Amino acid sequence: MTAELVRGQNHPLSEVRLEIRISAGSPVVAAATLGDDSGRVRGAEWVVHPGAPVLPGLEVSRQAAADHRLAVDLAAMPGAVHRVGVLLALPTAGGGPVRFGAVPAPFVAVTALDGTELATYTITGLDAESAVIALELYRRQDAWKVRAVGQGYAGGLPELLTDQHLPEPHRLATAVEEAVAQGLSRSIAPPPAPRAQHGDRPDRPGHVPTQPVASYGGSGNPAPTGGPVDYHHPRRQSAPPPAPGEPAPQPAGPGTPGDPAPAAVPPSSAPTGGPVDYRHPGRQDAPAQPVAPVAGDATGWSMDERLYNQVWGMFEDLARTTAAYRSAVDFAESRLEKEIDQVLADPRSRVGGRAEAAREAARAKHAQLVDQARAAFDRDLDQLTAESEVVEPALPPAYARWDNPVWHGYRVPMEIPMAVRLGDLHLPEDPSLRIPMLVRLPLQRGLWIDSGCRPSVSDDEPFADEDEVRRLATETAVAHAARLLAVHPPGEFGVHVIDPAGSGARALAPLVDTGVLAGPPAAGAAGVADALGRLTQRVDLVQMAVRGGAPDALPPGLDTSEQLLIVNDFPHGFDDRAVTQLRYLADEGPAVGVHLMMVADREDAAAYGPLLDPLWRSLLRLTPVPDDHLADPWVGHAWTYEPPVVPQDSQVLQLVLTQVATARRDWNR
Amino acid sequence: MTVNLTKGQAISLQKNDGGSLTAVRMGLGWQAAPRRGLFGSRTREIDLDASAVLFADKQPVDVVFFQHLVSDDGSVRHTGDNLVGGAGQGGDDESILVDLQRVPVHIDQIVFTVNSFTGQTFQEVQNAFCRLVDETNGQELARYTLAGGGDYTAQIMAKVHRVNGTWTMTALGVPANGRTFQDLIPVILPHL
Repeated sequence: MTAELVRGQNHPLSEVRLEIRISAGSPVVAAATLGDDSGRVRGAEWVVHPGAPVLPGLEVSRQAAADHRLAVDLAAMPGAVHRVGVLLALPTAGGGPVRFGAVPAPFVAVTALDGTELATYTITGLDAESAVIALELYRRQDAWKVRAVGQGYAGGLPELLTDQHLPEPHRLATAVEEAVAQGLSRSIAPPPAPRAQHGDRPDRPGHVPTQPVASYGGSGNPAPTGGPVDYHHPRRQSAPPPAPGEPAPQPAGPGTPGDPAPAAVPPSSAPTGGPVDYRHPGRQDAPAQPVAPVAGDATGWSMDERLYNQVWGMFEDLARTTAAYRSAVDFAESRLEKEIDQVLADPRSRVGGRAEAAREAARAKHAQLVDQARAAFDRDLDQLTAESEVVEPALPPAYARWDNPVWHGYRVPMEIPMAVRLGDLHLPEDPSLRIPMLVRLPLQRGLWIDSGCRPSVSDDEPFADEDEVRRLATETAVAHAARLLAVHPPGEFGVHVIDPAGSGARALAPLVDTGVLAGPPAAGAAGVADALGRLTQRVDLVQMAVRGGAPDALPPGLDTSEQLLIVNDFPHGFDDRAVTQLRYLADEGPAVGVHLMMVADREDAAAYGPLLDPLWRSLLRLTPVPDDHLADPWVGHAWTYEPPVVPQDSQVLQLVLTQVATARRDWNR
Repeated sequence: MTVNLTKGQAISLQKNDGGSLTAVRMGLGWQAAPRRGLFGSRTREIDLDASAVLFADKQPVDVVFFQHLVSDDGSVRHTGDNLVGGAGQGGDDESILVDLQRVPVHIDQIVFTVNSFTGQTFQEVQNAFCRLVDETNGQELARYTLAGGGDYTAQIMAKVHRVNGTWTMTALGVPANGRTFQDLIPVILPHL
């Protein structure tokens, strides 16, 4: 079983006498550094290189060559040695290539003495680097493991050795170079020309270099594809670039394609020490960033549409990668269970330590699969997080969080946007990766802000108080209504409020005070009847006109804009007739532009029995506190919905609503 | 270079230049055999359905077929049901895209099947084939032509499976009977 390692991945070594085979397609210098238990290379005498090719347990070639075989005997190493770093460097003498980007990706295999491959690693993603730490063998609790490192240095061997905190790195690098130059002058045949492919080595029939060699031609740019970290959904690959002049800030994403963050590959099951950061602070990243996310990287006729599609693409990708991860973990768990059951059922295992060993093996298999799944999942999460970091700041007000600076530059729009953000969605695996919940406009369904929702996490959040949730529910409703008002052109969206007992007066103040409502909140049973009556009549008229194919026949005074009715404190102040009207509005309203927003606790309306069930079902339930009740359309995960929160002490809501009111007056609507 | 596979033959899904394939498409095509005798011009529609079953260690984990066009993890996508088949000029009537890079780590085999949903046996089908295409450049990697019509309503066409991170395609060509993939699972299992 050969383990094909990816960068950062480790693998236990079953043997201590090993051979490290290096194939580079172009002559390279192979060397090794020895480190103590803290990873420190104690001095130049701890470096094995062509000028000093032999140390106990380790020998390297005196020459640069396209192929190397390093003999390693870990058992013969001094006890103080805990780490062996295997280095490759392009020789500076001889006029060969000066950057790994110009040669085929080096391939390194750790083999047993009989030639069996234990682990292989293709060092992809190198570009300007001329020296690289390929592998690290390290001692962990008296067992040796190998880790794929792939840390490159554009400054070559001197920079690499400096990074190892060696004294006089330049002198050592020069010594290495001199030894190589001498070796070159001694060599009879010129080094073999770079080979077109690796496939001609009969001893490694199953080997697949993960990077197409051809893409490394000396063009100076790494190929835009390839490499195991090239995560990009094919569906989202061919999108057009953002239109010029549209906001498309350059990403500040954490990972670059040529430099997969070590965090993306978690340590394997074995207990390991502190994480090793392989990133050199001064490391030069590959200049091109082929998969760096860009805002608006989706199809669409406008930036608005492209961002909408991109957000939905992220939503789907997160749903699916999470499905893959959960499925793998479930499978690993069920297999572990099955295997442990088998151990228990097997009479032979009752003897000696066999049972324990079998259980241990089953657990190791489980851990390995879960680690692999996690690594793939983390890679995707990193990518989506990077994308989210680029997309969020680029969102227009309709899609942006209230804390987005775009709201401070808010201007009343001239067009209705494609969609509006109702909040954020996240999954428990990564609560920090929040997907904007965008719904199309005009709204297809009414909204129900559930004031009876109990916060599921009450330990660290002190409010489990009913009144507090009710207050929050009304505030949430106001934030939604304010956003809907703000993203519509002046006069194209009217908001009516029913607040029978006046209990929502404080929360509703931003809407009332700025004068954006169609009228003052309706109070008392009479107010309820009046408000419902007017909207019902409107629905009737518009429906008749539309069905009759005569929209022109509507009375001249009738305003055809979208209308939102906020009902606070339902069913307070409602009689049977009003409830019937409300149900009618919920059913028939959306088609003719009349929308409902109920702020209600279903329990309060329990007296109506199942009569109201269709009403609740017809509304999109949102909560004033985070709650995991929404499902995605692809896999059906339970997503945690977070309501939009206006930052504490922020005046943004007032500012925006004031502008809406002013624009409305100016436009006389 | 396309490889004409025979039953049981396997090809490795490596590119000629040594790189791994990232995305492949399994395309299926078929035609209704011409009717003998009178009314030969009356066409009969044969609805063959392609499905892909994702296995982890011989356990079916997910299925992609005409009612579930995308695997939950998004790695396998069916381009849509074709109810009549063959314009038959050798083009694919149904295809299933597999993004090998996105196949979840525990999935080690993907089995492709064809069922006759309308119940005709393969005797009434001609020119049926399945072919594997490198989706990145449209090149055909392998083609497997169904041996002439037998008295059965389904075929387990091929599988792609991964060994040590390398994908291989094996032509299976196992006849079976069933209307949808569920009926085929017992027949598939011995070939995993």
